[in-house]
Amino acid sequence: MSETLIKIRNLHFSRDHLKIFDGVNMDIRAGSITAVMGPSGTGKTTLLKLIGGQLTPDEGEVIVDGQKVHQLNRAELYQLRKKMGMLFQSGALLTDLNVFDNIAFPLREHTNLSPSLIRSMVLLKLQAVGLSGAHQLMPSELSGGMARRVALARALALDPMMIMYDEPFTGQDPISLGVLVKLIQDTNQALGLTSILVSHDVEETMSIADDVIILSDGKVVVEGSREEIERSGSAYVRQFVHGEADGPVPFHYPGEAIDELLLKAAK
Amino acid sequence: MFKSIELSVGVFVGIGLAALFMLAMQASNLASLNNDGSYEITARFDNIGGLKVRSAVKVSGVKVGEVSAIDYDTEMFEAVVTMQVDDQYQQFPRDTIASIFTSGLLGEQYVSLEPGGDEKLLGNQSEIRHTQSAMVLEQLIGQFIFNQGSDKKDDNSPF
Amino acid sequence: MKTLSRILTRLGRGTIFLARTLAAIPQLFVRFGLVTKQLHSVGVHTLIIIIVAGLFVGMVLALQLHYTLTTFGAEDTLGLLVDLALVRELGPVVAALLFAGRAGSALTAEIGLMKATEQLSGLEMMAVDPIERIIAPRFFAGFLALPLLAAIFSAVGILGGYMVGVDLLGVDAGAFWSQIQDKVDFYDDVLNGIIKSIVFGFIVSWIAVFEGYDCVPTSEGVARATTRTVVNSSLAVLGMDFVLTAIMFN
Ligand SMILES: Nc1ncnc2c1ncn2[C@@H]1O[C@H](COP(=O)(O)OP(=O)(O)OP(=O)(O)O)[C@@H](O)[C@H]1O
Ligand SMILES: [Mg+2]
Repeated sequence: MSETLIKIRNLHFSRDHLKIFDGVNMDIRAGSITAVMGPSGTGKTTLLKLIGGQLTPDEGEVIVDGQKVHQLNRAELYQLRKKMGMLFQSGALLTDLNVFDNIAFPLREHTNLSPSLIRSMVLLKLQAVGLSGAHQLMPSELSGGMARRVALARALALDPMMIMYDEPFTGQDPISLGVLVKLIQDTNQALGLTSILVSHDVEETMSIADDVIILSDGKVVVEGSREEIERSGSAYVRQFVHGEADGPVPFHYPGEAIDELLLKAAK
Repeated sequence: MFKSIELSVGVFVGIGLAALFMLAMQASNLASLNNDGSYEITARFDNIGGLKVRSAVKVSGVKVGEVSAIDYDTEMFEAVVTMQVDDQYQQFPRDTIASIFTSGLLGEQYVSLEPGGDEKLLGNQSEIRHTQSAMVLEQLIGQFIFNQGSDKKDDNSPF
Repeated sequence: MKTLSRILTRLGRGTIFLARTLAAIPQLFVRFGLVTKQLHSVGVHTLIIIIVAGLFVGMVLALQLHYTLTTFGAEDTLGLLVDLALVRELGPVVAALLFAGRAGSALTAEIGLMKATEQLSGLEMMAVDPIERIIAPRFFAGFLALPLLAAIFSAVGILGGYMVGVDLLGVDAGAFWSQIQDKVDFYDDVLNGIIKSIVFGFIVSWIAVFEGYDCVPTSEGVARATTRTVVNSSLAVLGMDFVLTAIMFN
């Protein structure tokens, strides 16, 4: 459909002795919403951090917007990151600043906009996530769901070219969840953003994703457009959609089998 | 909010600087050191005992300056003591005597100047001719014991 | 052997970290507001405990020394001895120990929690270097604050010694100050004491920010790092004190 914004080739990454990625390839099209799914602990957050250049792969490369992320120097990497937004699983708001200053933070750091312009931009972003009344609150006074919406407003503040959402839906009530889903879709369309959406909420994710990637066991196991995935009825997809413990996706953390552990304990 | 932070930090730094100022001016000798207005005189001694650089130079018990350098003259086999004397005390005759004394029995050693009667005065870079070396306690005790010993012999004492 | 290599690895990480922090300090002069804010939490909040502790230490010194000095009839040197003890030794060391316990632990806990809650990662992803934005201002504020705190400790301690010695025990006020002004050397005693506190400020601040930055990002990891800050920086201060004293006053 369109050009590729993020290209990942033969990505290998391990932590301590645990292999997390074992030759992952993926292409993420510019302007698309790509859903990345997989069981807890497969390395979805790790993948986002690799794309953002916070972690360095053992092998392989990540190319964002034509630049090899892990060959950039610090200044170039920071320049690139200004064009990446990231919404952390925990929100990652600065706890010593209030909501308003948190959203204004990247603007103040990276632009020379006048205070009044910053003010109206911040209030608009807050309005978009439905929290304009909360701009004076401190992060400790926010619920988990509110904090994530503030973090989303902050990630959008610099009008990035792409944004990575790490589980934006957890802890949202049905109304704000609906608002968020729509917001992700709207920003994606209105601003031409490329979005990577990591989520366990299959239904919501499938409703807005253009492409779907399922990770398991260090590899991409399913990849394709939403329609293809829905049609294919792959075992992985079924297991996710229906939340079955048994299936091709291993539910357990790799290690010795339980019966061996029990045997050892008995000795 | 931010203004009050700046104020309290200002108070903190102010108190800190005041404390540093007090340590410098009130709680040390900085205020009494004025190096700018002083002139130099030297004196030679056979033995300076425990005299050190920065030891006091006194006249009639009043501090007028301090020792700025101590050297050893390898030709004359003497110690050369250089002193900085405050400009306000310039009236020392040529035949002033410099002695090394100890303040108290075990105290610090200092240079004592005793003005003589010469018409001519000591100028900058001049040398004091008449000096008296430090009394070394061990020598004094040695002499004392020696004298005692010889006295006792005459008395036929049991010692 | 394994422990040794772990310690050396940590030392290496700490040194690289320190180099990056120092490299970020020149930029702070452009945005001194960041440092001012940290001076507030590191300096102002430690001020009260420093003043109270300094006062009591000075008063106890005067009591103890007076007792011994009267047996030699040398009460006039009370001020001198209180001053020397504070300026050369107790001021820099006790202030540094209190600073490590009050401000150093708070720095470690704050930075460690920022790491645990992904705030540091979040900054990195916003293209803001946490070392420049978070670490360097805290380090620099600690480095600036401790010499001031140590000076305040000594000055207040001398006043405490004066109160007990002169007002309570009847030492002559003139003798108290004149002995000090005659025998306490600005360069040998006061300045060396200040140099000590500058070195301690550097070490404690370094340990505190590094332990926070390097901690295991969990509640337990932060708690451990905080303890390590207090223990390690106290030991480092006492050890460095010995080295510096040996160099300066031998
Ligand atoms: N700092 C770390 N040190 C060591 N191992 C880690 C670290 N962070 C994560 N891991 C390991 O890496 C693996 C992948 O973690 P990651 O956070 O990427 O999972 P995830 O797919 O995002 O899971 P979730 O859906 O629960 O968020 C996990 O098995 C975890 O044990
Ligand atoms: Mg995750």
